[in-house]
Amino acid sequence: MSDNCDVALAELYEYLDGELTEAARQRIEQHLRECSPCLEAFDFEAEVRRIVADRCRDQCPEALRARIQSAIDGSGATA
Amino acid sequence: MADPATFSRDAMVHMDALYSAALRMTRNAADAEDLVQETYLRAYRGYERFEAGTNLRAWLYRILTNTFINSYRAKQRRPQESDLADVEDLYLYRRLGGVETSTLGRSAEDQLMDLLSESEVKDAIEALPDKFRLPVLLADIEGFSYKEIAEIVDVPIGTVMSRLHRGRKALQKSLWEFASARRLLPDVEATDVGGSPSSRTEVPETSPTGS
Repeated sequence: MSDNCDVALAELYEYLDGELTEAARQRIEQHLRECSPCLEAFDFEAEVRRIVADRCRDQCPEALRARIQSAIDGSGATA
Repeated sequence: MADPATFSRDAMVHMDALYSAALRMTRNAADAEDLVQETYLRAYRGYERFEAGTNLRAWLYRILTNTFINSYRAKQRRPQESDLADVEDLYLYRRLGGVETSTLGRSAEDQLMDLLSESEVKDAIEALPDKFRLPVLLADIEGFSYKEIAEIVDVPIGTVMSRLHRGRKALQKSLWEFASARRLLPDVEATDVGGSPSSRTEVPETSPTGS
């Protein structure tokens, strides 16, 4: 682990969140091109996030959707 | 009153996502349905105050979050958060053979897919205290920026960042614990022992009842 690795890992989430400045982003990408252990860790974290997001997609029950729609339509009509 | 057709066209498409978030917030379907319904009715009533051209999705999440905090959180008798144990960085990665060891036959990413089933991910998120769960939900599942999250939950950006950081680490620990408990993950050091006497592989063909 070099100092560059410590810097990269400290900014890992901000990088994945797209919240770094352009200069900081490029610095990290340069490091990742040269350091496969860091690249692997970054890929892993991105994958965790992708899986977590995928597993949390629920569908709104149709009855609820209909209830809300009719409440909105009704309030508009009777206003 | 806002025009129902305009509101429906623009706001109703977000209902699946809001319902998913509501389920993670309230942790049960009945409350999630009530929360989503209340959110939409409030949004509809306040629609005139929504500035066209700004982010409708973020505005809906702000109403959802406020409604949750004001109406639902109070009745959930959960121990209040305040403190999450500190968790090391790259918690899952270290446990799946990353960093030093690449001796496991499969890559850490392959193992992840098996490890994280839908119910385990949901349980792990729902186990996080509100203060950390909301930013994690909004960032990792809904993809909001730090600035948007700060506006939705009404805390400074720096606070969002620190809660996200701690919440994500706690989520990884929680994911690991739920997955371990359910799957009885083999201890990494024991994987190359081979033929452990406790393995439940060879089940005798003969039935003990003999019929």
